[in-house]
Order: sequence, then structure tokens, then C-alpha cells
Amino acid sequence: MTAVLKHELKSYFRSMTAYVFGAGLLLAVGLGAMLYNIEAAVSNFEFALSYFSIIFAVIVPILTMRVIAEERKQKTDQLLYSLPITTTQVIVGKYLALLTVYMIPLCIVALYPLIFSQFGDVYLLTSYGSMLAFFLMGAALIALGVFVSSLTDNQGFAAGIGIAVILLNYFSVSLSEYVSTTAFGSVVALCVIILALGAVIKHLTKNENLAYGVCFVLIAAIAVTNFVNGGIFEGLLPSVMTKLSLFDRFTGFVNGVFDMTSVVYYASVIVFFLFLSIQSLEKRRYN
Amino acid sequence: MIEISHLSKRYGEHLAVSDLSFTVDSGQIYGFLGPNGAGKSTTMNIMTGCLSATEGSVRIDGHDIFEEPNQAKKLIGYLPEQPPLYMNETPEEYLRFVGEAKGLRGNELERQMDEVISQTGIDEVAHRRISALSKGYRQRVGIAQALLGNPKVIILDEPTVGLDPIQIIEIRDLIKELGQTHTVIFSSHILSEVQAICNQIIMIAKGGLVAFDTPENLEKHLLSPNEVILTSDDSAAEIRVLLEGVDHITGLTLEETGTGLVTARIKTDLSNVYDLSRTVFSAFAASGKALLELTVKKANLEDIFLELAETDDGASELPAVEAEIVESEVTEE
Repeated sequence: MTAVLKHELKSYFRSMTAYVFGAGLLLAVGLGAMLYNIEAAVSNFEFALSYFSIIFAVIVPILTMRVIAEERKQKTDQLLYSLPITTTQVIVGKYLALLTVYMIPLCIVALYPLIFSQFGDVYLLTSYGSMLAFFLMGAALIALGVFVSSLTDNQGFAAGIGIAVILLNYFSVSLSEYVSTTAFGSVVALCVIILALGAVIKHLTKNENLAYGVCFVLIAAIAVTNFVNGGIFEGLLPSVMTKLSLFDRFTGFVNGVFDMTSVVYYASVIVFFLFLSIQSLEKRRYN
Repeated sequence: MIEISHLSKRYGEHLAVSDLSFTVDSGQIYGFLGPNGAGKSTTMNIMTGCLSATEGSVRIDGHDIFEEPNQAKKLIGYLPEQPPLYMNETPEEYLRFVGEAKGLRGNELERQMDEVISQTGIDEVAHRRISALSKGYRQRVGIAQALLGNPKVIILDEPTVGLDPIQIIEIRDLIKELGQTHTVIFSSHILSEVQAICNQIIMIAKGGLVAFDTPENLEKHLLSPNEVILTSDDSAAEIRVLLEGVDHITGLTLEETGTGLVTARIKTDLSNVYDLSRTVFSAFAASGKALLELTVKKANLEDIFLELAETDDGASELPAVEAEIVESEVTEE
């Protein structure tokens, strides 16, 4: 694992990736700090972090697009399979390297509240609490990016899908205000999601029966639940969209609430997508 | 050393490897022969743990590749068909990564890196980017990677494909040298290459084993097409008249080449094709005509495969006809 970690780190710093990512992050936080803390003289540093957090939609895919897609394209994944290391070690090693690249600009950002506190009262607890949440949110998005990269051998495609997914996640709270709150609307939306899930299962496992089976069971379950207790679906869709949003949970920290359920949520998202990435890599051995 | 039993691999409807079993002993060079699409790469990928099998098992020195992958993989060095190289690294950086991933550290890593770099002759290019190297050097870097960790078995998938003749000879020499200290399995679809350097030949077609023998024994089993080809500068009609007087000719095809020469393909029912060469030569000599070239048609791998693949359970029903396939060339004047 350390071999993979060292190797990945070297490759990020040899290419432009690490620098572009770091510059993008510092620019976003720097702009926020300038507008809020310096121009508007607000003493809350956490607003500076949340102000341009949409930058993640661009810099995370840039960072993660090549992580597995490029191995596939260059056929170097064959080397990884033949080395005496497990796919878990490969994915975790690669992920830790990405986190290291992410931590470097954050270490610089960590100095900002200290600098500002020289010139006024800065509430450091919310500043650093939000910074931790900011780190976790980015880490979750990077895990998502790793998974997207593991689905294809085309970097551009991985970046495009990554940007789309992160933007959707970013705007899901605003979008949730426009979606139907009726039970019927939720049921229809759930059915669409299930069909999309079925398509993903079919793509990943190449097993049509399994995909159809999963769709059928889930849709039947929804139909039965709707019949027994239709009230559950009332307003379900907007609430799910809000709950799934990684960015919305970060707002809670910015408002000064250190929410442990959100920390657990971020950790679960990281584990979930790393697990899927390992399965995606492992799957190549079986097709 | 390597024990493969009842190995099968299915891609959807297509059976790439079917019920393949053989055992490889240590300290020899094995040639893995088969036409394109016979299942060579699939088998090698399964042997090295890069691919799962649908059925069957592979044991490396007693370790099952699927159940104890790490112990088994430590015993194998593998060069896939396309060398898995990181193009924007130097061979030195690349080998350091592979060495570390194979669990080498500190002085041992440095020592083994120096060793494989000098063994594969990439000293000069060790600090250049791999993307700037020629195909021959890239192949050597790939082999160097396989040698790290001092594995007992080296598996090379078509190591000479796409190289120029000088590079091919160099890689062959390297394989011969490796064979003195390691068990080497390398695949190829070039018969002469395998004949030149292997102690044993494993031949597969359509995913199944068709032959597993020494090159010498295999040669004896190979079918000769019983055909002699000659070139002359006489007219086609004259050659036809001349050959009509020769016995045991069952087929004759004459073809005029653009340069005023005539090529004749003569088939015979004689069990020893050299008897035909002799009578044809005598006939030309007796009539005072010049024989510019006389060749016994060499059995090539494709012919052997067509032959072997037709017999359903290959290995046990090898063609019984014994014929030597040595090229004989007689050139006069």
C-alpha cells in the first residue's frame, strides 16, 4: 500500500494535477476570505470556506479523473493485478495519496484564521470545526471521483460524469424545492431511480436476470408500501434530496453546529464509494 | 512447479479456455504455442492471477492462485502482451515502484534493481522517460519488472512481437539466459522461435491442449504436405513435358512469375518426399536443363494447427505419419 501511495504522490507532483487542484482550492478559499473577511470585515472564517465550495465540482474531477481510468487505458492495471498486493491496498493507497494532495492546500488555509485573529476576534472553534467538515466533504467527493474514474478507461468521460454528479449534488437542495412533494410524485421518482439502478447493475454485472430481479423486487416493495401506508411517500423525494446532499450538510457546520451525524454520513460516503471502486476493479478480473 | 488442472474460462457464450490441464516442472524453458485467439493470453492471465477462471485451479509451488494469491504471485514474474509501463516515468522510477510493491525495501531493493537493470541491459536508458524509449527497450523494462523479487517462474506473453530482427535475437538470448536460473514460460505463435530456445512445447488450439512435448518429438509428429516446389527458367510447357515422365507425381501446378521464371508445385504419394526431389533433380539433369531452386515445402504452424485442431481430442491422436521437415535447397549455377 505504501508503494502505491508513494508512486501516486510522485505522479501527481510530476504532472500538473496536484498544482492545478491546489491552486483552484486556494483561489476559491482566498476569494471567499477576501470578500467576507477583508472587504466585508466579517469575523467568521467559515463563510469563506462555504462561499466558493462549488469549486469542488471542477477541481475534484480534475484530480480524480485519471486515477483508475488512466491505468486501464495504458493497460498498467494488468501490472497491479499481477503484483502481490490486493485491490483493496491499491484503492486505499491511491485514495490516501489523493487525500495528501488535498491536505497540502488545506494546511495553508488553516493558517488564515490564525492570521485574521491577529486583527480582531475570530471564533476559532467554528472556524476549525468547519474546516474539518470541509476536509471531510472534499474527501467524500474525492471518493466519489475515484469510483467514477473506475467505471471507464476514458479520462474525459470520467471528468464529465464527475462534474455532472457533483453539480447535481450541489444543487440538489435548490432543486428539491421544485420537485413534487406528493406521494405519487415520490413513487414515480423512486421507480425511475430503481430503473437507473437496474441499468447500473446490468452494466456492472452483465447479468440481466439479476438487474431485472432487483428492479422487480424493489418496485414491488414500493407498490406494497404505498398500498399499506401511502403517507410515507408524502414529501419523501425533496427530503431525500436534501439529506443526500454533501454540500447542504456542510452548511450546518458553517452555522456553528458540529453535527456528528453529518460526520458519520461523510465517513459512510467515503467507505461506500471506496468499496464500490474496489468491486469495480475486482470485477475486471471476472469478465 | 505450476500445476494447472481442468482450467476453463468462459466469456459469455464464448469458451476461451476449455478443460486445460498440464504441469510445468522447474528449471526449463517452456514455449507456449498457439495461433492467435487460441487462448494463450487468457491462460497466462489466469496463471498470474490477473483473471479469474470459470472452473479449475492453478497451483504455483503448492499455492493456489485464487486462494493464496499473495504467496502465489510472489513466485511469479509476469510480462503481459502489452508491457504495463507508466510512460512518463523513467525505468528506474518504474522499477522502484514495482520492487516496493513486491515487498522489497532498502538495500535489497537497490541491489535487485541494479541486478535486473544490468541483466536486461537497460543501464544506458535507466534515467530516460519510458515514453522516449524504443519498443525493444520498453520490452526489456517490462522483463526487468518481471525479474524483480527474484521469482521462481517468469511468464512472458509474446515478448518478441513487434520487435525488429536484431531486437528479437537479443530478447531470445535474454530468455535463454533466464532459463538457466528460472523456469520460463513464454508464448509465441512463431514455431521456429519456440523450436530454437525451448526445452518443452505446450501447444494449444481453440482453448484446449493439443500437444505437450519436446521440440524434437513434436517435429516427428508433424505432417509434411509432401510437396516439392521448384523454380526454372524454361517454359511451362517444357517443364510439364519433362515432369510427365516422372513417376509418383499426383499433382502439378505451374505458375509463371513476372521475371520470366516458372514455379512448379509438385505433389507426390511417396512416403519420403526426398525420393521425389531426387527423381525430379535427376530428370532435369538428364535433359540438361537447369534447376534454379528446389525446395521441400516446410510444414508451417498454421498447417499443423489445421491438422491438430481437426482431431477432436488432440494430444492422444497425434498424426502418425512421420516426416522430417527440413528444408532442402539445391541451387545450380
